Amino acid sequence: MSREVRTKSNLEKVLASGQFAVTGELGPPPNASREEVVEKAKHLKGNVDSVNITDNQTAVVRMSSLAAALILQEQGTEANMQMVCRDRNRIAMQSDILGAAALGINNLLVLSGDHQKFGDHAQAKNVFDMDSVNLIRTIKMMRDERRLLSGRELPEGSEPRLFIGGAYNPFADPEDYRVLRAAKKVEAGVDFLQSQCIYDMPRFKKFIARAVDMGLTEKAYFMAGITPLKSLGMAKYMKNSVPGISVPDELIERMKGVPKEKQVDEGIKIACEQIEEMKNTKGVAGVHLMLIEWEHMVPRLVQEAKLGPSQRK
Amino acid sequence: MIVAQRKPFEELKSFIADKKKVLVVGCRGCVTVCNAGGTKEVGILASELRLDGQAAGRELTVDEYTLERQCDPEYIEELLELVEKKYDAILSMACSVGPQFITTRYKDENVYPALNTCFMGGAQQHGIWVERCQGCGNCVIHLFGGMCPISRCAKSLQNGPCGGSSDGVCEISKEVDCVWHLIATKMMETGKAETEFGPAQPIKDWSTSRDGGPRKIVREELVK
Repeated sequence: MSREVRTKSNLEKVLASGQFAVTGELGPPPNASREEVVEKAKHLKGNVDSVNITDNQTAVVRMSSLAAALILQEQGTEANMQMVCRDRNRIAMQSDILGAAALGINNLLVLSGDHQKFGDHAQAKNVFDMDSVNLIRTIKMMRDERRLLSGRELPEGSEPRLFIGGAYNPFADPEDYRVLRAAKKVEAGVDFLQSQCIYDMPRFKKFIARAVDMGLTEKAYFMAGITPLKSLGMAKYMKNSVPGISVPDELIERMKGVPKEKQVDEGIKIACEQIEEMKNTKGVAGVHLMLIEWEHMVPRLVQEAKLGPSQRK
Repeated sequence: MIVAQRKPFEELKSFIADKKKVLVVGCRGCVTVCNAGGTKEVGILASELRLDGQAAGRELTVDEYTLERQCDPEYIEELLELVEKKYDAILSMACSVGPQFITTRYKDENVYPALNTCFMGGAQQHGIWVERCQGCGNCVIHLFGGMCPISRCAKSLQNGPCGGSSDGVCEISKEVDCVWHLIATKMMETGKAETEFGPAQPIKDWSTSRDGGPRKIVREELVK
């Protein structure tokens, strides 16, 4: 399977070539420390095709995603800069899109954004001028039609050549509607989609089979989100306390059956089994590894799962 | 209606801490319906203030009056006779429109809001009020199965539900229904999810909302 490449994105190049892509994730620090970004980036370099840089995730103030994305790129790894709809109106969004492209960002991934109630600034006024579906449309319009939302034309060659990303969650509700919401993003022009952390493989497979049937996986690359379980406690927390994540009882039992000091190994083993299954699942173009504040485990995971640039050669 | 609730008693007490003669003014409009600022609530607040004054051993007179509406100059005019009795403070128990109209008409008076104006909504059941409208100035609820995602979705999404929708409730609280769960479910049940509801809603024009600046409606045929 080979598709046309329309941007300078490395991630797009890998996906278009039909290789099983792998992306990582890096959370910018809640301070101005360049060193912290550089340190985290070391674990990701050469192990993944590109790295998501989160945008004030969980509504906690952090270094801007654009700044952290540029630091990462200076270290030789491509960034998937994230942008949420919570904090910017259409004026700031378009301005940041132009600025990011001008500074060498190739991938922009958009999300609604966690409500500020979860973060450290619950008193903030939120924006939500547009939602993620409309932000995808806007970026596509800027790129392919060379127009701003105002209708103002962008001179040829000055348009933002961005590979557009989005998110999908097969585990939120209502279950039957989730694929239709992903379809709206595909229709809006998203190029690739990454999922929420997957633990419930049967439910994921049901989702992706329907996406394949609807032809969605031919129009956008669907990547599967993987977060290895660190412990039984984490498995229970994910099951009971995180909205939109489904953890089957079998996984809880499996973690329970392992002594505490072996639970990390078991979590990695489960993740490797999942990744292997993903490689053989029709419609899955790659995996997205979300090991936030656990970046140093990425080299081991990609090695054991036989993933990414270092394993392809 | 506009739904409001009384401010905490301590805050109201602080407004009149150094005042001797106070007028509490109610409103027979929305705030009477939502049990926040009608004749009954005016009586309760006035009694509480008098008792508190007595307990503190200070001189305090609290008078009561309820207007037909406080959002209409015609009724605000009714207060003239009372205002001439020279109150140290007027506590308005209307939505925030009331104290503003009173202040505009009686510029020398110390007017305080006794209520917090919360939202436009209705009574889900006796004693429970819920938000249903944000006054965006361009109603499109018919596109969403008769439900308003602007006021009822925590993120005012036009194309929900977001990934935080779980078991029919919103990620911000298990007490909040996910309106997008309700909308999507209705669309699937009525067979519209993939047809007329399939295309994504376009980006919303907020210029008719508060974002366009304070709003005003002029009906020429009614203006004398």
